[in-house]
Amino acid sequence: MSKALKAVLAVAFLAVVFVGVPMLIAATGRSDLYYTLTSVALLSIISAGVWITFYIGRINIGQGAFALLGGYVSAILVMTYGVSFWLTLPLAGIFCALVSVLIGLPILRLRGVYFAMVTLTLTEVARLLALAVPITNGARGIVSIPLPGSVTIFGVTVIPDFATLSNPRLAFYFTAVTLMVICFAGLYRLVHSRIGHICQSLQQNEELASSIGVDIAYMRILAYALSSFLGGIGGAMFAAISQSIYPSSFTIADSVNFMLNCFLGGLGYVLGPMLGTFVLYFGWDLLFQTGSFQLLIFSSILIALMLVLPNGLLSIRLRSQSQG
Amino acid sequence: MADILEVSALTKRFGGLVANNDISFNVRENEILSVIGPNGAGKSTLFKLIASFLSPTSGEVRFRGKRISGLAPHTVARMGIVRTFQETTIFKTMTVRDNVIIAHHLRSRANLLGFFFATKTAQEDEKEFARSADEIIDFLGLGHQRNEIASNLPHGHLRALGIAIGLATNPTVLLLDEPFAGMNHDETRRALDIVRGVRDRGVTVLLVEHDMPAVMKISDRIVVINFGQKIAEGTPKEIQENPQVIEAYLGAEDASIGM
Repeated sequence: MSKALKAVLAVAFLAVVFVGVPMLIAATGRSDLYYTLTSVALLSIISAGVWITFYIGRINIGQGAFALLGGYVSAILVMTYGVSFWLTLPLAGIFCALVSVLIGLPILRLRGVYFAMVTLTLTEVARLLALAVPITNGARGIVSIPLPGSVTIFGVTVIPDFATLSNPRLAFYFTAVTLMVICFAGLYRLVHSRIGHICQSLQQNEELASSIGVDIAYMRILAYALSSFLGGIGGAMFAAISQSIYPSSFTIADSVNFMLNCFLGGLGYVLGPMLGTFVLYFGWDLLFQTGSFQLLIFSSILIALMLVLPNGLLSIRLRSQSQG
Repeated sequence: MADILEVSALTKRFGGLVANNDISFNVRENEILSVIGPNGAGKSTLFKLIASFLSPTSGEVRFRGKRISGLAPHTVARMGIVRTFQETTIFKTMTVRDNVIIAHHLRSRANLLGFFFATKTAQEDEKEFARSADEIIDFLGLGHQRNEIASNLPHGHLRALGIAIGLATNPTVLLLDEPFAGMNHDETRRALDIVRGVRDRGVTVLLVEHDMPAVMKISDRIVVINFGQKIAEGTPKEIQENPQVIEAYLGAEDASIGM
């Protein structure tokens, strides 16, 4: 694809997301879609984190732990310390990144299925911790978290108080979509810069990468921290939207879904996690009519898709390109 | 010529097995030194010890007087001691050109943030890496395959790519792990030219190899190890006449040690 075409597509995407969708929802009156699309946007941010760990050659099934952690960090800071939500958002991400450095130092030495197994247990560890630690209020969770307040810079209100808005759903939608755009634009830049090549070198052969002077331990930690940062941001946003956080807000099933989103969209494409999340989320909803067969049909389709398209949905585009 | 690498009393044990026992020798600046020995003699272990992919049980390797044993491989690479791999270890899904460009890592002046924001330094780096990669690719005769995906290359060219990756790091000492293994006559002749060319670029070459005739042709000096111990060191001619070496290779045909 040429640069001009990419730019046109990017602008078109922004127009659809920021103008098209709100107009369409206003016209059809389906304002429940705001919540759905906000969730998709946030889940795709969390999945983007998982995608980064895939990019350095690690299967990460523990992203739920960091989403949960981020949610709690934000909720506790808002509730107990009265910090503005907008400040807790980056803090939640940074806290998750720091924790992931500590966890990553020992476990990132593992490869393949061993790393995957350890991360799988992380989500469960996080849930049990949330149940046990006093500050998280156990199984009752943290509830009635106030909506995000206003942000004023030099007397100018940049972000209004969400509680005063007639339609906070729309405000959350814009926030989530903005975060998603920033996240994927950053990811795109990262992957297409030299950093992306270094990550790829790690994915393909760590020994060779270290022989050309790449500090593989440092790069692994950096990627994992970034991944967990995104998990924390997503988790904090979810806590703010639902105004609550429980130990069961993010479970192992969620961690697996984050991974599936990446698989489905395509591990080789930056936009893979976004498309994967969208399709997976709506695909699941569409199958709601099938009742008790929902999971059976859903998982069969997923397995079939992975067999037919091992490189993800986005590989269809690539294949048609190489033929024509 | 000054000594650039000093290997002193290097010993490596794996449990009860002594892979390398008290091996000492020096590598001189800008020479081609080969380490040879029968199968299982401990060549590969020695190689990994020098590149610091393994830590010795005792003894040490010094580079220009500084101890490098025990340092991380990327640190040693940063100092200028770079290895290639025995197997066809390359970045398989990248193009030949991208393989060589990424290997310029150590020459970056911009940091990761610089590359993210494409600062002026980073852009200059990219330009320089691309130029240098093309030069190295042409030097190794891979010019017509520069945009090929690396895993599609024929065997002999993969070795050349391995050396290209090593050269891109701008090494002071390049360690080549069996660069002639599995090559036919013509390929070997070409590879010999390449290794000589590498040395003529001012690089000190240390190679571990099985192919006796090739080693005899190319080496300035040879170190022979057997059962983990050094049994001889000298010029190719001295080695050929050394009774201990002949004994170690007894059973192999005379022709295989180039006599």
